[in-house]
Amino acid sequence: MASLDDLKKRISSVKSTQKITKAMKMVAAAKLRRAQESAEKGRPYSDKMNNIILNLSGGISDIENAPKLLSGTGEDKIHLCVVMTSDRGLCGGFNTNIIKKAKLYFQKILDEGKTLKIITVGSKGYDQLKRVYGDNIIERISFKESKNVNYFDADKVGKTVIEKFENKEFDVCVIFYNQFKNVITQIPQEQQIIPLKTTDEETNSSDDNYEFEPEEDEILSNLLPKNISTQIFKAMLENSASEQGSRMSAMDNATRNAGEMVDKLTIEYNRSRQAAITKELIEIISGAESL
Amino acid sequence: MSEEYSLEIVNPERSFLLKDDVTEVVVPAYEGEIGILKDHISIISFLKPGIIKVFSKSGEDSYYVNDGIIEFKNNNLSILTSLILNLKDIDKGKISEIQKSAEEELGNSEISDQEKYLLDQKIEVLKSIN
Repeated sequence: MASLDDLKKRISSVKSTQKITKAMKMVAAAKLRRAQESAEKGRPYSDKMNNIILNLSGGISDIENAPKLLSGTGEDKIHLCVVMTSDRGLCGGFNTNIIKKAKLYFQKILDEGKTLKIITVGSKGYDQLKRVYGDNIIERISFKESKNVNYFDADKVGKTVIEKFENKEFDVCVIFYNQFKNVITQIPQEQQIIPLKTTDEETNSSDDNYEFEPEEDEILSNLLPKNISTQIFKAMLENSASEQGSRMSAMDNATRNAGEMVDKLTIEYNRSRQAAITKELIEIISGAESL
Repeated sequence: MSEEYSLEIVNPERSFLLKDDVTEVVVPAYEGEIGILKDHISIISFLKPGIIKVFSKSGEDSYYVNDGIIEFKNNNLSILTSLILNLKDIDKGKISEIQKSAEEELGNSEISDQEKYLLDQKIEVLKSIN
C-alpha cells in the first residue's frame, strides 16, 4: 500500500486536475451558447440560398450546358474531401468521430481505384490523418488565429475549392463535419457539394415564373460558388457548436471521474491512517504489557 | 388596399432585418437600380456594391451592401448579402478600410474586366458615403 504522503500528493494532484476540467467545462458552456446561437442565426441564410438555387436549377431546361458546378464534370475519378475538425484537443470523441467517418469514405474511394485528395481544415484533423494519408493531403488550412467562425474564413476555403475545381483537379467534392444535435449528440456528416445534389422533394415547387436579371445562366454561375462558401460556412458553424458541446460533456465526465477518484483515494488515505494509528497503539500496549 | 409587403435581409451571420411594413425598396441590381413595389412580378437578381433604400411606414433607411442576391416572390422580398452596413450608424474607419482593400485589389493586374467594373463601382459608392 502506498504511503500516507504519496496518497496525500495524489489526492491534491487529482483535485487540481479537477479544477482545470471544471473551468474548461464552464468556458465550453459559455462558448457553446454563443456558437449555438450563431449556428441558429446562420441557418436562414443557407436555407434561403438553397431555396433560390432549387428554384433556379428546377427551371434549367438545358442540362448539358448547365454550369459544371451543378452538373459535375461528367466523370467520377478524383474525389476531393474537405475534412473539417477543430484546432484544439480535449473535446472527447469530436475529432475522432469525423476522422472515422472520413476514413471509411477514403477506404471506399481507394478500393474503387479512384484518386483521393484531401484538404484538412483545422489542425487536429491533419495530425490524425497525416500518418496514413499524408501523401493524399494537398492542403491544410487552420484558423487558429480567428476567435469566432466568420464568413470570410469560410469564403477562403470555398475559393480554394472552386479554384481547384476550375483547374480540373477533381471531379467530386465532399465535406465532412459534425452536425450539432444537442450537447451530448453530434452526428458526423458527409455532404457532397460538387456536383450539387438537389433534394428532389422541393424541385417541383418551382413552377412560378421568375423574371431573371441578368440571364438565368449568369445568375446560376455566380450563385453556385457562393453557395459552396455558404455550405462550408454552415458546416463550420455546426462544427464549432459541436466542438464546444463535445468538450463540455467530455469535461463534465472528467470532472465527475476526478471526483470519484478523490473519494476513493480519501477513503484509502483514512484507512491507512487508521491502520497506522492502530498499529502504533498495539505496539505501545504490548510494550506496556511485557513490562 | 394596403401597399405594404415584407422584407427580410439576411447575412451569413444572422438575420439582419425583418420588416413587414415596407412600401418600396430600391436595390442596386446588376444591370441598374430596381425599385420594387407591392405585387412586383417574381424576380431573382444580383446586386452590385451600392446602397439599398428601404421605404416603410416608419421611415426611410439606407444600407450599404457589398454584393448580394435578391428574390421577390409572393410579396416577400429576400435579400442575401455577405456584408451589409446601416448608413445611420456607420463607422467611417470601416468604410475607409473596405475602400482601401478594394483599391488594393484593383491594383492587382490579374483581375478580370468584370471584377474591375465591380471594384470601381464599390470605390465610387464608398467615396460618396464618406
